Amino acid sequence: MYSVTLESPADFAGWREAARGLLGAGIPPEAVSWHSPAEPAGLFAGPPPPDVPAQSAIPPVPRDFLEMAERAARHSDPERFALLYGLLWDARRAPGLLRTPTEPRMARLEAMARAVKRDAHKMHAFLRFREIDTPEGPRSVAWFEPEHHIVEAEAGFFQRRFAALRWSILTPRRCAHWDGAEIRFAEGARRADAPADDAAEDLWRTYFASIFNPARLKPDAMRAEMPKKYWKNLPEARIIPALMQGASGRVRAMLGQEPASQPQPPGPRRRRKD
Amino acid sequence: MDLRAKLALLADAAKYDASCASSGTEKRDSRAGGLGSTEGMGICHAYAPDGRCVSLLKVLLTNSCIFDCAYCINRKSSDVRRARFTVEELVRLTLAFYRRNYIEGLFLSSGIIRSSDYTMEQLIRVARTLREEHGFLGYIHLKTIPDAAPELLAEAGRWADRLSINIELPQVRSLKELAPEKDLAGIHGAMGNLSGHIAEAKEARRTPTRAAPPRFAPAGQSTQMIVGADDSDDRHILGTSDALYKKFGLKRVYYSGFSPIPDASAKLPPAPPPLLREHRLYQADWLLRFYGFETQEILAGGEGGMLDLELDPKLAWALKHRALFPLDLNRASREALLRIPGLGARNVDRILAARRYSSVRLADLARLRVPLKKVSPFILAPDHRPARGQLDSAGLRRQLLAPSAFAQAAKPRQLALDV
Repeated sequence: MYSVTLESPADFAGWREAARGLLGAGIPPEAVSWHSPAEPAGLFAGPPPPDVPAQSAIPPVPRDFLEMAERAARHSDPERFALLYGLLWDARRAPGLLRTPTEPRMARLEAMARAVKRDAHKMHAFLRFREIDTPEGPRSVAWFEPEHHIVEAEAGFFQRRFAALRWSILTPRRCAHWDGAEIRFAEGARRADAPADDAAEDLWRTYFASIFNPARLKPDAMRAEMPKKYWKNLPEARIIPALMQGASGRVRAMLGQEPASQPQPPGPRRRRKD
Repeated sequence: MDLRAKLALLADAAKYDASCASSGTEKRDSRAGGLGSTEGMGICHAYAPDGRCVSLLKVLLTNSCIFDCAYCINRKSSDVRRARFTVEELVRLTLAFYRRNYIEGLFLSSGIIRSSDYTMEQLIRVARTLREEHGFLGYIHLKTIPDAAPELLAEAGRWADRLSINIELPQVRSLKELAPEKDLAGIHGAMGNLSGHIAEAKEARRTPTRAAPPRFAPAGQSTQMIVGADDSDDRHILGTSDALYKKFGLKRVYYSGFSPIPDASAKLPPAPPPLLREHRLYQADWLLRFYGFETQEILAGGEGGMLDLELDPKLAWALKHRALFPLDLNRASREALLRIPGLGARNVDRILAARRYSSVRLADLARLRVPLKKVSPFILAPDHRPARGQLDSAGLRRQLLAPSAFAQAAKPRQLALDV
């Protein structure tokens, strides 16, 4: 059994290089275990795989697959690298495999890539900066809890958007710091390391409460898109229970003290396309 | 009035505009200066308990208005409190929210004060200040006042990503009745004017020239129709949408179920329409734009010019065209696959990709998370054919209704899937 230890939990380039070597050396998936500093090999680590000639034959890999694989490699599933290598191994004999979205392992990989994409999207959406004064000037600091290994991949989004600010994104897995020149990554942090409040949050809650239409209460639809696990880090979420409790009274008042005549349908469990 | 009280009032007054889209504009970022970015995909930064996305700071500049539209909370004759933001206040608020990653940008609308031109100028000033003085690169949606001067519309397009003019009601008769100061010909004229500018700017972007192309609302224009405030049926509504899409190349028509407002006019119906009606209209709208359906076909799924509230419009259509089914999953064309209830465009493309290498089975559809109960009566696959007589049985409709989670799903998908 060989052990491959990658540089970081989402080290896709490292995985590609190792996979190329393993394929060249003809080492089957069941003879390899994959690790990263966050998922150490432990006591029973095997030796690293042998070095192989660089020009070893690699099956051609569709670009779509590579994109999906890179995303799936950020998933927190400890089997992600083994799954990827297994597919690559079998693709040597079954050229259509990596283009068959209905194949069970391909479907699993796609689900992983989708979960990572959603996690990234939720990070772009639900991360909230709080501004603090530091001796070097104002700094924007956010605390976010991603489900997968996405901080390195998504830091660029915040750099492109907030290049003019100086910011820090703290998460339990990794932290990213921007001072105007380059992004620096560091070890994970604790929630207590982030500021606890921001003066603008009151105004933001005022907005959130006012833009909500009490005549259309659909809490399931809200929770489907903004699951409760995110609420503890969203400054506006703390007023949601009060908004919901007050809704029917506000509607009755609008209708001139009449009770609401139209029962509201419950929201969908999951939104999807027909 | 302090800023917080103004914000409460002017956000409350803006929430009847359904659009909160922040997608589909040009790509920009702040690495060369400025603040903000747009990367094509819209971002919903929060969801309110009404299930709607909060993507933009959606407010009115003022809720004072010289118009008296019966369905509108801000109409002249309503006795709501009035307020007005200064340009400076709005700019500061937008930037403060944006820097903290609460929003994608600003959706600014306004009651009409003094004149259409004056109001439009005020809206433009906010957008221009954000862009020019603060290097703001986030998303800006400006509501356009239809009878404002053409040069004001042209300037609005320079600063905004999206412009919109609300058509308000599906029939000119209802507009006369409920919004007497509004004029359909004027609305169409302004939409035509915008669509001309949008097409021109798009063309200029495609043609490489040394001069920078004139920028004009790269995310296009949209509109909104109020559902259930008049007696228009779904035929009127979808017919109007279809015509607007074809004539003015609109990005979106939003349907806003008429919502009870404080101090309502006596001209309005006493009860709001079911939220489900709005949802069915959004589904039908998708079939029009992405599934190759014609308005008449969609309406044929319902009765008397109304969509079937109990079933989604594609399923309703299929149940009335059973002779076209079952379709062979491995032989049917893309167009035909798109007509199978329960199959969305993405999954149709996955099926087309998979069947180049091996035949696609019902079990494969399960892995693609296709609702099997809904598709299975309508398809043939190597491991599946519909039970004898199922497709012709009178009970099929009832069978497909049974779970009803779908029929209950009153949430329009306008936000996550906006294009």
